[in-house]
Amino acid sequence: MTFLKRGVPLGIAFLMGVLMAFQYYVPHEHSKAFLELMTRWDKIIAGFAVFIGAYSLFHLHYTRIKRRAAGWGYSFFVFVGAFVTIAFGLYNGGEAFWHDKKEGTMFDWIYMNIQVPAGATIFSILAFFMASAAYRTFRARTVESTVLLVAAIIVMLGRVPVGALISQYIPVAADWIMGVPNLAAKRGILLGVSLGAIATSIKIIFGVERQYLGGGD
Amino acid sequence: MRKDRDFWILVGTLALFGAVNISFFLVGRLQVNWEDFGIVLAAGITLTMYSFLYKDNPAFKIAENMYVGVALGYTVIITWFNALKPDLYDPLLVPLFTWERTPEYLLFAPMVLGVFMLMRLSTRLAWLSRWPFAFVVGLGAGITIPNYIHTFVLKQIEPSLRPVFSGGETVYMSINTLLILLGVISVLIYFFFSTEHKGPIGVVSKIGIWFLMVSFGASFGYTVMGRMSLLIGRTMFLLKDWLGVVQ
Amino acid sequence: MERLLRIDRRIIFAFVAVAVIVSLLLEFRLPVPATPPVENIFSKIESLPQGAHLLLAFDYDPSSKEELQPMAIALLHHCYQKNLRVIGMTLWPGGTGLAEQAVTQVASQYGKKNGEDYVFLGYKPGVASLIINMGEDLYTAFPKDFYGNDTSTLPALKGVESLKDIDYVIDLAAGATIETWIAFGKEKYRFEMGAGCTAVIGPDLYPFLDSRQINGLMAGLKGAAEYESLVGRKAQATEGMRPQSVTHVLVIVFILFSNAVFILSGGLRTVRRGK
Repeated sequence: MTFLKRGVPLGIAFLMGVLMAFQYYVPHEHSKAFLELMTRWDKIIAGFAVFIGAYSLFHLHYTRIKRRAAGWGYSFFVFVGAFVTIAFGLYNGGEAFWHDKKEGTMFDWIYMNIQVPAGATIFSILAFFMASAAYRTFRARTVESTVLLVAAIIVMLGRVPVGALISQYIPVAADWIMGVPNLAAKRGILLGVSLGAIATSIKIIFGVERQYLGGGD
Repeated sequence: MRKDRDFWILVGTLALFGAVNISFFLVGRLQVNWEDFGIVLAAGITLTMYSFLYKDNPAFKIAENMYVGVALGYTVIITWFNALKPDLYDPLLVPLFTWERTPEYLLFAPMVLGVFMLMRLSTRLAWLSRWPFAFVVGLGAGITIPNYIHTFVLKQIEPSLRPVFSGGETVYMSINTLLILLGVISVLIYFFFSTEHKGPIGVVSKIGIWFLMVSFGASFGYTVMGRMSLLIGRTMFLLKDWLGVVQ
Repeated sequence: MERLLRIDRRIIFAFVAVAVIVSLLLEFRLPVPATPPVENIFSKIESLPQGAHLLLAFDYDPSSKEELQPMAIALLHHCYQKNLRVIGMTLWPGGTGLAEQAVTQVASQYGKKNGEDYVFLGYKPGVASLIINMGEDLYTAFPKDFYGNDTSTLPALKGVESLKDIDYVIDLAAGATIETWIAFGKEKYRFEMGAGCTAVIGPDLYPFLDSRQINGLMAGLKGAAEYESLVGRKAQATEGMRPQSVTHVLVIVFILFSNAVFILSGGLRTVRRGK
């Protein structure tokens, strides 16, 4: 049983990893057909993951309601929102979900008039908090923080039309900041992160990194 | 006293929102149809979300939780219609039961692995979900190694090692090329913790901090820009589509 | 004096709100000249012949709508004006409705027909796997379009077998999808690529601009406004540049004012003593 629980998944990860990495260097027809089939399978498997996500969210809010955690009453609205949307989605404007998706249904209306405004607004609230943080915490306490602050001010001015009206050099300075020091720092970070991702991938293939197996034996 | 004040603020806001919309419907600015009712609902949700700026309140929490539910519901349905139905149900399951055309038997494998993935929800059979996860993670690792080396390592090192002068460049451009090289190396050294940052390494890593600070400043500036853009968009919606005071 | 630094944050919120509302209500013009990274995308589209295939990936959701939807609309106007065949798709499920709305609404203004002049493929999961799948065979990656039509029968996709046959790819992104498109699409299947993104991730993409892995970049609402001015169709993004300028100045005034108060009230001395 341990073989099925541990050996098989470690073997699958090793085999898939080696084959996919090897495939890159073998542009043969069969190799490309294999890549196409595997990525197609992967895409389908990824589709199932949405149900895991849905379960996790429902379970979280169900537990909150069951335990009467602080603010548990609001969790009901997660279920209301999800079930109404899913119900209209499955109803599919009267054609049922096993037919192709119908356009202009109540499902689309809910998306356009609830999800879109709510999603767009929630993130726009951060504009107020950023302004507040700029006022209350953004201080030139050290040389480094002063450098950060000056760069931020030049970029903020240089990236809007008013910057050029104040001085023609502000957009030029902003372009230089973006294209030289910013680029260099971001490239350094990118190289570091990429080497990290490559190292993690090698660890996954050789079974050193096993977090994806989850807990248990 | 304070609770009373909040209650009356809520009642007053709702009354004002209702009065504005009713007057819009009466004067014909909004028509009685689903589209215009949608505008009213969207405006209501937008204002409810912004009520958080005054203080956290039940209306905001209801809207927030409702949004989470709707977003989840939308994702589930879109995944069905756009992914699982055309990629699995139509080519495999429908022909399997109707025999109108030959089923694509090769799709059995991802279907089984997909069902195994759902076993994570079971306590007894959760181990089966390790197989699809191993498939996905192994495939991801395999494609990452060569593609990342090519795209994010070699292709990024190449322009950093550009000749300072190969003809046609200005002195300004050559200095920038050198600065980029200095920046990349110093940032990498700053993040290299296997050696103590002392002596020449300490100096270079200090230069790396300066490059990072400028870059964080740029990111802060762009983040302000992005968040303000979102706010501008929502305000435009309220002023233009709902209130009609901006053309 | 220090009390000034501890004012109720709602006062700051009110300043921001008033700045946005007033600058939207007042009509004043601000020039929005296009920068080279935005111009490069425009020039590339200009250089494409009629009927060329342009893939537009709408990799964002409602949370970034206000920045990226105006960009998508400006791009679509340009594509339809140039009679390009637009292929729309998304890697983000939450963005499907917005993408479909943008593609079809702009198409209807030019009398373009679905399936003939443009295609909307919809959403697919998988991200990197999907991109590779598209690079090998577009029709196994998307057997059907968003409306359930068999993609192999669509005239708009005539001449396209895989990503290699796409003349230009533009990814409009709110996350890390531009990097994914570059690594598993552009570099592997050798097509030209441009990018549009939210302002937040804009600075992260400069290395790719420098390495020419993307030929152009539009960042945030400003990028969209620049594209609108290039297309000659000033809309939401251009309108937004007024409040954008005013709020940036406001934030800078906040920073300068609070720092001045901080220094005048002896804050720096406290910091040095703390050292």
